[in-house]
Amino acid sequence: MSQGTLYDKVWDRHKVTTLPNGQDQLFIGLHLIHEVTSPQAFGMLKERDLEVARPDLTHATVDHIVPTADQSRPYSDDAAERMMAELEENARDAGIQFSDPTTGDQGIVHVIGPEQGITQPGKTIVCGDSHTSTHGAFGALAFGIGTSQIRDVLATQTIAMEKQKVRKIQVDGELGEGVEAKDIILEIIRRLGTEGGVGYVYEYAGEAIESLGMEGRMSICNMSIEGGARAGYVNPDETTYEWLAETDEFADDPERFEELKSYWESIRSDADAEYDDVVHIDASELEPMVTWGTTPGQGVGIHDPIPAPEDLPEDKADTARRAQKHMRVEPGETMEGYDIDVAFLGSCTNARLPDLRRAARVVEGRQVADDVRAMVVPGSQRVQRIAEEEGLKDVFEAAGFDWRNAGCSMCLGMNDDQLEGDEASASSSNRNFVGRQGSKDGRTVLMSPRMVAAAAITGEVTDVRDLEEVQLA
Amino acid sequence: MTDPTEDIPEVDYVEGTGVPIRGNDIDTDQIIPARFMKVVTFDGLGEFAFFDLRFDDEDDPKDHPFNEERFADANVMVVNANFGCGSSREHAPQALMRWGIDAIIGESFAEIFAGNCLALGIPTLTADHETINELQQWVDDNPDGQLEIDVPDETVRYGEEEVSVSVDDAQRKALVEGIWDTTALMKANEQAIAETAAGLPYLNAN
Repeated sequence: MSQGTLYDKVWDRHKVTTLPNGQDQLFIGLHLIHEVTSPQAFGMLKERDLEVARPDLTHATVDHIVPTADQSRPYSDDAAERMMAELEENARDAGIQFSDPTTGDQGIVHVIGPEQGITQPGKTIVCGDSHTSTHGAFGALAFGIGTSQIRDVLATQTIAMEKQKVRKIQVDGELGEGVEAKDIILEIIRRLGTEGGVGYVYEYAGEAIESLGMEGRMSICNMSIEGGARAGYVNPDETTYEWLAETDEFADDPERFEELKSYWESIRSDADAEYDDVVHIDASELEPMVTWGTTPGQGVGIHDPIPAPEDLPEDKADTARRAQKHMRVEPGETMEGYDIDVAFLGSCTNARLPDLRRAARVVEGRQVADDVRAMVVPGSQRVQRIAEEEGLKDVFEAAGFDWRNAGCSMCLGMNDDQLEGDEASASSSNRNFVGRQGSKDGRTVLMSPRMVAAAAITGEVTDVRDLEEVQLA
Repeated sequence: MTDPTEDIPEVDYVEGTGVPIRGNDIDTDQIIPARFMKVVTFDGLGEFAFFDLRFDDEDDPKDHPFNEERFADANVMVVNANFGCGSSREHAPQALMRWGIDAIIGESFAEIFAGNCLALGIPTLTADHETINELQQWVDDNPDGQLEIDVPDETVRYGEEEVSVSVDDAQRKALVEGIWDTTALMKANEQAIAETAAGLPYLNAN
C-alpha cells in the first residue's frame, strides 16, 4: 500500500471511522451539485425525512441541460425547465448557494469550483459527475459519485469508500510546440487502457506536469476517469497558490490564505513516498493526439497509423473492430484528413480561458470551412465575460464560429446542441462514446482545442502545426 | 437507539434466469443515453435501458437480448470487461434494475458503476474471461435455466456446473449483512463526523 502520498494524507485527515462493512467513512469538504444527478437524491432525503447536513459546504450550479443559445426562462425545453426549477427549489429550501445564470458565476461545475476558489488543496470534493476528478489538479482528493451517494453526502456530509492504490504517472521532458495537456492524458489512457486505472488513484508528476498551468493540469485530471481512475491529482505548488490567491475565497483575506498554505504544503506527497505503481512517460516524444475509435483509449498520434484490431490485446480487439466500423476508418491509415462536419470547442476538459486563447490564435484571420458547423461554448460565464473583453469572441465570430453561453453543451448532447445523423465532430471534450454527442450514428474525434480549431478551418482532422503562420508558442 | 440498518434487506442469494450482454467497454451512455436523463426521478427508466442498441431511428426494435421474449424475465445479466465505464450516472444501474436486473456477473466493472450497483443492493460479481464466455453461452442456450448466485460463498451454480466468482470484500460484507444502504449507518456517527470536521484547517482557519 502507498505511504506518504497526498492521497494517504488527505484520506487520513478526513477519515471519520471504519464502517462495519469494512469501508472507511470519509468527511467531505465540498459537495458540488447540478441539475441532473441531484434531484433524485433530494427526493430520497425527503422520503427519509432527513435534512441537508451541511448546506454551507454544498454548492450548486446548472450546466448539463442549460441551453447555450436562448437562456430566457422558462426554457423552451419543458424537461430542462423542470430540472432547473427543481434545483432552484432544492437549493432554496436547503439554503445552498446556487451559481445560477443570473449571478454571472454559472458554468460547468468543474470550471466554477476552481474559479471561485472553493476548490482547494487538501479538500475532499465530490459531485454526482465522473469528471469531478478535475479538481484534483489543485491537490484535492476529488471523485465522482452516484445519486445514492449524493444522498449520503447531503444527509451526513460523509461518504463510504474503500481506500485505493496510488499510481504515480511521471511525465518527464518538455512538450513540443503544438502539443499540450490534452495530448498527455490521451497518451496515458492509450497506454494504460480505459480500465487500467480501476482500483487506482493517479498522481501526475514530473517536469511536464509541473510546467503546466492550472488549466492544463485540470484537463489531465479531468480525464483520469476515462482511464478508469476515479481520482487523479497533482501536488499543489506555487502555480496552484498563485491561482488560489486571486480567487474570491482569498483575494481579500491574505491571512487566511497564509494560514491554509501551511496545510496545503503539509499534504504534498513526501519525497520518499511509496507508490503501488509508477509509470514513466516522455513528454518530448508526444505528438498531437486524436482518437480513431469510440473509447478515449483509442487514440493515436496525428501521423501514426490506426492500429489493426488483431495487433491489439485480445480483449481490446473486438471493441476496436466495432469502433472502426462505426467511425469508418481503416487500420494502417492515419486520422489526418478525416472529414468533419462539426467543430466543438467546449466542455469541462477544455473550455477555459487559455484553451480559448490558444484556439483563437489558430483561427484568427481564417475562415471556418464551408459545410462545417463550428461552435465555442465557454466553460463558465466568467470565462465568457473575460473572453469577450479580450476580443476572443470577435475573433471566433469573424472566423465563422458560433459563440455560445456557458454549459456542457455538445459534450453530451443534453440540450439542443447535438450531432445529427452520422455527422463527424472534432471535439475538445472527453468522451467519444457512440451516441455521446446526441446522435447514435454520430462520430466523435477527441483532440486538443487547437486541433479542433485547425479542423474547423480545414474541414478535416489536421495537424495544427502544419497550418502556416500559426502562433503555437 | 434503534439499529440503523434494520430495514435494509440482506442480499446473500440471487436466483433466476440470465441474459447475456456481450462486448467489452459497454459505457453508461450505451446503458442509458443522456437524453433519457432529463427527469427528476428514476421512475420509468427501465424501458430506456440500452435504448439506442435496442431500437433504430424509427423506434423499431433491433436485435438485442433485452428485446428477446426468451430473456424477458431474466434477472441476472452476464457481461464482459469494463462494463459500465464512463459517467457516474446512477441512472444506468437504476434503469437496469427497473428493467428487472437483480445481479450482474462479468469479467470486470467500472468502479463508480459497481459502487452505484451496491447502493441499490445489486451484486456485481466477477470471473475470468473463459468462465464468463461459457456462462454467456449457457444462458444463451438455456434462457429458462436457473442460475443460483451465492454471495457469501462466491459461487454461481447453473446446469450441472458450479463456478467460483469474486465479490469485493466490502461489497460482500455489505450485501450479506444488509448494510449496503450507508446513509443510516453513517448518520449514526454524528459525533465522530463533528470531531473530524473540527480537525480540518480549511473549515476552521480564522
